[in-house]
Amino acid sequence: MIRFENVKKQYQDGFTALKNIDFEVKKGELLTLIGPSGCGKTTTMRMINRLIEPTEGKIYIDGQDISQLNPVELRRNIGYVIQQIGLFPHMTIEQNISLVPKLKKWEEKRYLARVDELLELVGLDPSVFKHRYPSELSGGQQQRVGVIRALAAEPEIILMDEPFSALDPISREQLQDDIVRLHEEINKTIVFVTHDMDEALKISSRIAIMKDGEIIQLDTPDKILRHPANDFVRGFIGKERMKKHTDDVLVPTAEDLMTTSTVTSSPRKGLAEAFKQMKDYKVDSLILIDRNKNFEGLVTLQKIEEHYKNEDLTLSAIKEENALTIQMNASVQEVAEIFHENNIGLIPVLDGERLAGIITRSSMMRGLAEWKLNE
Amino acid sequence: MDLWNTFMTRKEDIWIAFQEHIMLAGIAMIIAIIIAVPLGVLLTRTPKLAEPIIGLAALIQTIPSLALLGFMLPIFGIGKTPAIIALTLYALLPILRNTYTGILGVDSSLVDAGKGMGMTSSQILLKVELPLTLPIIMAGVRTATVLTIGVAALATFIGAGGLGDLIDRGLRVADKNLILAGAIPAAILAIIFDFALKKLESKVTPKGLKN
Repeated sequence: MIRFENVKKQYQDGFTALKNIDFEVKKGELLTLIGPSGCGKTTTMRMINRLIEPTEGKIYIDGQDISQLNPVELRRNIGYVIQQIGLFPHMTIEQNISLVPKLKKWEEKRYLARVDELLELVGLDPSVFKHRYPSELSGGQQQRVGVIRALAAEPEIILMDEPFSALDPISREQLQDDIVRLHEEINKTIVFVTHDMDEALKISSRIAIMKDGEIIQLDTPDKILRHPANDFVRGFIGKERMKKHTDDVLVPTAEDLMTTSTVTSSPRKGLAEAFKQMKDYKVDSLILIDRNKNFEGLVTLQKIEEHYKNEDLTLSAIKEENALTIQMNASVQEVAEIFHENNIGLIPVLDGERLAGIITRSSMMRGLAEWKLNE
Repeated sequence: MDLWNTFMTRKEDIWIAFQEHIMLAGIAMIIAIIIAVPLGVLLTRTPKLAEPIIGLAALIQTIPSLALLGFMLPIFGIGKTPAIIALTLYALLPILRNTYTGILGVDSSLVDAGKGMGMTSSQILLKVELPLTLPIIMAGVRTATVLTIGVAALATFIGAGGLGDLIDRGLRVADKNLILAGAIPAAILAIIFDFALKKLESKVTPKGLKN
């Protein structure tokens, strides 16, 4: 329905608001653009009705390049709801709602009937409300009118720019319910910008998580909760939400099971020094890391004893070349499998290349117990 | 009692002067509105010009009214035309400034909403910006009108007539009744127009903005 192809936006001062965005909004879906402020979500949305023009790339609606269309005509066929509501204070509710139909030269009878129909759709009695002015309505009622004003001329696409963020929590909940219901009933394509993850999870068909002008992950709410693409997404969702939304599906990860108190050494150290360190800390393995805490390997007490007589050796010469490691987000099953299939006492846990901690059998037991308690 | 006699014996003079006065101020106001409102709108579209042009209007305003009328003499001679030109220049600033700041003061989210809904920029001007700014423009017109009626009393010095004639004559012959015969109608005129325009101002205020 709406397709972005390599869309880039760079401002004259050199600031790049969007870096080659590529995605598609499917017909009839409610796609949410979410991310911290300055991530480019509003910019992306405002390009769809050409309030902002891309520096590079193309946007297609139904296969048609929108830069070839008349922007005024284009906007009349796309509903638009903004955070500040933007009802015209000098016009009655009826005049506000019928504005776009009038611009599109609908007959009076048709748009008046449409006003009544829409007010009823959001539970506002037409005979009471249509002759009122916006200032006579509460914030929640005003934004209901803002939403139906966008629906008035029966557009196929509706853009909503943080429409509920200025409302009180109760009105916000109600309007979110309204949107879910309306979206099911009218089956329009909606692009929705928000910074509220709960809102996005509640209403979206799919969510596009954005950061620094890029889409980090675009998927259904469920998929995003189960398989966050990276730490940023995970942090943005928040641990509590991941637990809440996935219930029993969520399992402890290596991060939950590891201990960060590790005995480490530099690969350039000699064997005697390492031997003393192991004795002092009562451990049978040393983790080798470089200056940046990147994992370099592992030496066991057994290996040191074997080569102890050779005074010229450093630890790097006797390290386990293919020591088993695991990433922080690995599940408890993976950890258990490694312990089960290999006769090893500990598994180094890595955050990318860096050493984050180690899992031993006892740290694993403790981690599982704490996990159960926290639940 | 003397004052009453003066009014009675001079009533034709007063009436003619009164009409001249309204005509001078009225024509000047109409021209000022025709120039200042569109110019004010234009300035909101070309912000670079706004500062110097409003500055120029403000500069004209600082010239003492009598001096401004005096400047007209060498250029346009004497009579009604130079007086009307001077009064028009004098009336520009309040209208221009109110139009300009009024339109800039319209909530930018309304303009964004209008644009996003597919209104052309002239539709936004006529259906959103001007209706919302009209009370502010009218306030400027009211200020300018009262000002112009006052300054028009000085137009007599470049031979334009008006109630200033009576005042001037009264001053020359030290006849306080004659002075008042010009001053009282001029004051009443200013008060009536101020009141009427105040009514009009509240009438053009959109209903939705009143509470």
